[in-house]
Amino acid sequence: MGHRKKNRNVGIVGIGETKFSSHREDVNQPEMINEAVRDALNDAGLSIDDVECVVHGNMELFEMIHQPDLWHTLGTGAYGKDAYRLTTGGTTGGTLVAAADNLVASGMYDVVLAIGFEKLQEGHTTGGITNMADPLWARKLQSGALTDSAAVKVIAEFGEERAKRAAMTYRIIMDKHACLNPNSHRAFGLDWDQMDDLIKNSPPLIGNLRLIHMCSQSDGACAMIFASEEKAKSITDKPVWVRDHICIHREETLNLCNNYYPNQTTHKFAAEKLYERNGITDPVEYFDVFEMYDPSAWWGMDWIRDFFLLKDDEHIKLIENKDIMIDGKIPINPSGGVIAANPIGATAMVRVAEAAKQIRGNAGPHQIPRQVNHALASSFGGTMWTILFMLEKELNW
Amino acid sequence: MKKEKDFDINNCYTISGKLALPYTYFAGRTGSTFITHIRDNKKIMGVRCNHCNKVFIPPRQTCEKCLSMISDNWVELENQGEILNYTVVRYDDNHLPRKAPFILAMIKLGKADTPVIHIVEGISINDVKEGLKVKAVFAEKTTNTILDIDHFEPV
Ligand SMILES: [Zn+2]
Repeated sequence: MGHRKKNRNVGIVGIGETKFSSHREDVNQPEMINEAVRDALNDAGLSIDDVECVVHGNMELFEMIHQPDLWHTLGTGAYGKDAYRLTTGGTTGGTLVAAADNLVASGMYDVVLAIGFEKLQEGHTTGGITNMADPLWARKLQSGALTDSAAVKVIAEFGEERAKRAAMTYRIIMDKHACLNPNSHRAFGLDWDQMDDLIKNSPPLIGNLRLIHMCSQSDGACAMIFASEEKAKSITDKPVWVRDHICIHREETLNLCNNYYPNQTTHKFAAEKLYERNGITDPVEYFDVFEMYDPSAWWGMDWIRDFFLLKDDEHIKLIENKDIMIDGKIPINPSGGVIAANPIGATAMVRVAEAAKQIRGNAGPHQIPRQVNHALASSFGGTMWTILFMLEKELNW
Repeated sequence: MKKEKDFDINNCYTISGKLALPYTYFAGRTGSTFITHIRDNKKIMGVRCNHCNKVFIPPRQTCEKCLSMISDNWVELENQGEILNYTVVRYDDNHLPRKAPFILAMIKLGKADTPVIHIVEGISINDVKEGLKVKAVFAEKTTNTILDIDHFEPV
């Protein structure tokens, strides 16, 4: 891999999030985005004049709008500034962060504003996703974003009873976290005594994937401001440092013609490379929080093993022992994760934003009740695409 | 370079499809207020940025230059103004609001600092010119869109 060390350090100096919900009828797209932008500028104590470059992204076609960045300037503040638009499917929010990190690290800009948004209620998500498939081989046969591939795999390995209980335990933990987060879209107040009922009676979607396992369709926006080390230190006394990020994708696996490639997950590959080049030998021990892009409970519970390079059933045990709860050994998604809110173009950025807030110590009611120094955040896209971010409290690595 | 007729297209499929992407755009409070003023009061409203000293149409919640919140600063514009520039649409397609040929113009209404794009009727495509004074003709039936102004015509 052609990776080189960063040219200079990059700090997160401003974070803005809207409340996530199923509808935002009171605001149009630029107005909703502006809520997050305003929040991020206020958080950083900056004005829009301090921003040199704006990076904007969301899902292609989901609101049936082409190049929304053009008229979103009303809310983004990009008027008269350098600007980029990025759209990489589910990873879009992560790509925005990766781009902002690179734009600042390279020395091109000192202060970059990244904005991810989605207003899924305005469009037709599955319609948009389905049109990503090859028109000859796959478009008539695929099931959009819904798949139970992870359930099949986990059940085959650990048996139906244990797998289903672990997936639902993961789900209930995420809901308990979501109930703490005031920005959550869905927070049901699930409890342990509902486990058997949910496993059996939640409406089925595909195979063993049920409605309760799956993420929501949400409206919302996230904005983050990135600055060079020197600037970051002058803007805030609590910058969060983007130590490293890695972007791995295997898009060719989506084309059914290329199905024969060995199926090593991009998550595991990304984690191995990232930890190797940063000297992390025991990720569960090293990280204090992990904000994971978990589109469903089945995927979330399965992927813990890939991201933490665990063996056998170690990841299942982390769930069964509730080690991933907010007060556990390695809290995962204290925000409630993607199952709690999925405004897709913002979702992967929200993972980084939430991880950074945990390091700053001002996440709100879902703040982890102990010191957070090292955070991991992931992005996922259905095209087998992973971005992993390492965030740090101190500049001492 | 091969000419188009040189490519051998025997036994080559094409696949016809159709993207169905229905949408519902939430206009927001500011956009909705603009439309309801046209629909119910026959008034065209703009908003002023006091910081930049500009009156914008279409109205917006924030000034795109200074990012001030301006959506409460409503200004009633005049229902007439002048053509800044224009073009003549000379082809027909489903998405177009009129049969060709018709005139689309940038019209600067009295009291506004920015122009609005709309259809101009009541004048030949040969006679339309920059500086022409035009006034709004409101639609008889509402569609809750900018087409609640049906078109503009010479004063
Ligand atoms: Zn202004």
